[in-house]
Amino acid sequence: MSTGGRPMNGALLVRGFEVVIGLETHAQLSTASKIFSGASTTFGAAPNTQACAVDLALPGTLPVMNRGAVERAIRFGLAVGATVAPLSIFARKNYFYPDLPKGYQISQYEIPVVQGGYVEFMLDGAPRRVRLTRAHLEEDAGKSLHEDFAGQTGIDLNRAGTPLLEIVSEPDMRSSAEAVEYAKALHALVVWLGICDGNMQEGSFRCDANVSVRRPGATLGTRREIKNLNSFRFLQQAIDFEVQWQIERLEDGLAIEQATVLFDPASGETRAMRSKEDAQDYRYFPDPDLPPLVIAPAWVEAVRAAMPELPAAMAERLQREDGLPAYDAGMMTQSLPFARFYEAARDACGQPKLVANWLMGEVSRRLNAQDLDIEASPVAPAVLAALISRIADGTLSHNAARQVFEALWSGEGQATSGAPAATVDALIEAKGLRQMNDSAALEALVEQVVAANAKSVEEWRAGKDKAFNALVGQVMKASRGKANPAQAAELLRRRLGG
Amino acid sequence: MNGDLHDLGVADIGRALREHRCSSVELTQHLLTRLSNHASLGTLLASDADKALAEARAADATLARGEAGPLTGVPLAHKDIFVTDHARTGLPSTAGSKMLAGYASPFDATVVARLAAAGTVTLGKLNCDEFAMGSSNENSAYGPACNPWNPLRVPGGSSGGSAAAVAARLLPAATGTDTGGSIRQPASFCGITGIKPTYGVCSRYGMIAFASSLDQAGPMARSAEDCALLLSAMSGFDERDATSAERPPQDYHAQMLQARPGASAARPLQGLRIGLPREFFPPALAADVNSAVGGALAELEKLGASLVDVSLPRTELSIPVYYIIAPAEASSNLGRFDGVKFGHRAAQYTDLMDMYKKTRSEGFGPEVKRRIMIGTYVLSHGYYDAYYLQAQKLRRMIADDFQACFSQGSQGCDVIAGPVAPTVAWKIGEQGDDPLQAYLADIFTLPASLAGLPGMSVPAGFGAHGMPVGLQLIGNYFDEATLLQTAHALQQATDFHSRRPA
Repeated sequence: MSTGGRPMNGALLVRGFEVVIGLETHAQLSTASKIFSGASTTFGAAPNTQACAVDLALPGTLPVMNRGAVERAIRFGLAVGATVAPLSIFARKNYFYPDLPKGYQISQYEIPVVQGGYVEFMLDGAPRRVRLTRAHLEEDAGKSLHEDFAGQTGIDLNRAGTPLLEIVSEPDMRSSAEAVEYAKALHALVVWLGICDGNMQEGSFRCDANVSVRRPGATLGTRREIKNLNSFRFLQQAIDFEVQWQIERLEDGLAIEQATVLFDPASGETRAMRSKEDAQDYRYFPDPDLPPLVIAPAWVEAVRAAMPELPAAMAERLQREDGLPAYDAGMMTQSLPFARFYEAARDACGQPKLVANWLMGEVSRRLNAQDLDIEASPVAPAVLAALISRIADGTLSHNAARQVFEALWSGEGQATSGAPAATVDALIEAKGLRQMNDSAALEALVEQVVAANAKSVEEWRAGKDKAFNALVGQVMKASRGKANPAQAAELLRRRLGG
Repeated sequence: MNGDLHDLGVADIGRALREHRCSSVELTQHLLTRLSNHASLGTLLASDADKALAEARAADATLARGEAGPLTGVPLAHKDIFVTDHARTGLPSTAGSKMLAGYASPFDATVVARLAAAGTVTLGKLNCDEFAMGSSNENSAYGPACNPWNPLRVPGGSSGGSAAAVAARLLPAATGTDTGGSIRQPASFCGITGIKPTYGVCSRYGMIAFASSLDQAGPMARSAEDCALLLSAMSGFDERDATSAERPPQDYHAQMLQARPGASAARPLQGLRIGLPREFFPPALAADVNSAVGGALAELEKLGASLVDVSLPRTELSIPVYYIIAPAEASSNLGRFDGVKFGHRAAQYTDLMDMYKKTRSEGFGPEVKRRIMIGTYVLSHGYYDAYYLQAQKLRRMIADDFQACFSQGSQGCDVIAGPVAPTVAWKIGEQGDDPLQAYLADIFTLPASLAGLPGMSVPAGFGAHGMPVGLQLIGNYFDEATLLQTAHALQQATDFHSRRPA
């Protein structure tokens, strides 16, 4: 929370109010074709080129369930420990809008396919669990294009019928930071499961936030729903603004009215879209075109058997088998690509802890600086492993290794597509960074430094510890950085009889 | 062949064509002329003579190669609730509504495509009540169709154009659809044979939806045999309709001809138990209808069937149940007609809401608007439980009542019989502005529709004013064969089905 939080009963208070947040997240399922038709779901095609007769709701057309979408919903249900309903019902949500071709959206209402479950994540170093109410299958609407049509509205129905899994949480979150961590964990999970590409710019993963505030111990306040937040930053900003707005209203003695609001990223403000009074009556009823969705136990078991190892299970394994600390294991399993990168590098060099350190350190630092995903890392897992092998075998100091890494990151030496080890070794030689492990040569350097720095030696003997560090620095300088600092200090101490 | 080509039924035509006694082109030309000469009956909404003749020539070529099936070269027309590929047929698909005036579908309904694949020749699209809502064909935006037995009377509906054209010998057969009686009642009013199969037997893909949980396609022709031939080609699982039944293809014609165990030539229906629900014979039933139906039942008894007294206690409730569920589904199904993508759009409007209102006010007729309003109301927040949910529960009980009749071991009946409609066809305009009168007249056809059971109308004789009366036969799920057998036996013993209007 951006202002004045203080912990009380585990919850943060904002100006004496407790914040209550529940999220409804739309994850676009990664099926090749739409949820009720055979049209393609590929993003970015020319308007209305990926809408077939069913998507256009031409007279006489009927929906047919895409089993791939159901299979993905089952995968999600299993991953969050939910009940996969043996029978769920598709319902029609009726309303008029130009980008809704049938005049109704097919969704699930009273009986959703996924019931219950939870998502776990870390918040400020402590584990948190947010319960899920449900997740249901539904179709997306088309897109209204209000610009470029001189007072008219263009309709693109490419997106109409795209499969969505709407994941509804309980109102378990108590701060915008927690809502963001939940959303990130959910995002990582659906991508990990391979059921959603997670592309937030393209709208593949978007959140509606239900926000209310109350005095601690009071019943739930009236909520307002912020629609369609398609970045974690907007999610945080929108909730923060909304919380302040609601508190100010309550402090002014005004009531909060249930409403749907939109977040404007330009102003950072939320504004009401429609109030409860003009809330639509969607006239839900079971869709007579679609029989109940029946999921036999055998189907669930087949999906379970084909599930990837889940992040929590993998983190446990990395602690057990690779000896990683819990924190490192959690970081290595933050996303499936990250975990794959870690395992590939670890397998290539056999140094799990060093790989974890480098991934959390240099690699993450560079990725974050350039806003890149791990998949876009210019240093491949095998190359990072080769570099780490040279640290492990004493060829490189950590400092020298960082220089090699920087060179690799900026593409040096990688043009010659040799084996990773050859690439790394060539760079080490070219930059003259091979660590001096020859103790005779190093002893000679120590001898030179002691002879040339009588004053420092004198000071050290007089009890000035800092003078010793200065001498080590001189040895390192004389070796042009190639000496092993620990070895240099040891030889120096021995020479000076310390 | 002589000038009575139009008297031939589907089976007759198939034989005549395969024996090269006539050609499909000859038939097609003859019937196109006849349709045009009888345009005043108001049965035909659209035709494309060139495309029809091209299809007939293709059929004749198939016949010449000796590769013909039972329907190759048989001319027919489709109720205009089925969409027809405009590029292939040159025909618009209107649902009898101004909303879809001139609408060119880019694809064929599955039923249409299957009949085309079987070699039939499409002569055009037939008049019907707007969006299949009605039982007199008076709700068509393109004017009423007339009953060929008396042009001042209605042909029934909603498949009124289909029934009238077949009865008037303008076509040997036509497709129809039945939501609450729309095949059976016009068949009864026009003295022809029509079958609504079990829900799920014919694909609904390409049928412009009225009430999705009830809509079902079926053939309308002059005999049970003709219906059996057509139904075999029309039916079968379709992966584009999630409610279509996953069953192997059926040869209803062969099933119809299969002799019952213990049957003889004189008593082909030996052992058949026909249940007569007492609720289908109320004191108020018109005497002429009662007497014609009674005569047909007596004939069936002579053919070996036994008549048993049964009860369908919720028959009356089927009216409110149907007039909640069907409008509810219709109110949603018709949401797509909003002027945005296809069909009618108001010429002048101020904003989106105004465009919606004007488009739908202009495009829909009064009965369609009435049902959209009823359906919207019964689905509304606060009324859903009291109306829609309650109706769904009663619907289940109505289906259970039928099962109680069918499944009592040796005491259970094989077929349920009764009148199709309480009266013969009424005069055009006679019902005036009282839609309730028309709703009440659906009482005998609604129960089988709500239960999803197969139902049939078979000519049973004539009643007041010389108008035809139909006998309704209702079978158990997927037991179309027994209905067709029963109807066929009756038609072998009587000639009501082959009488024709003057």
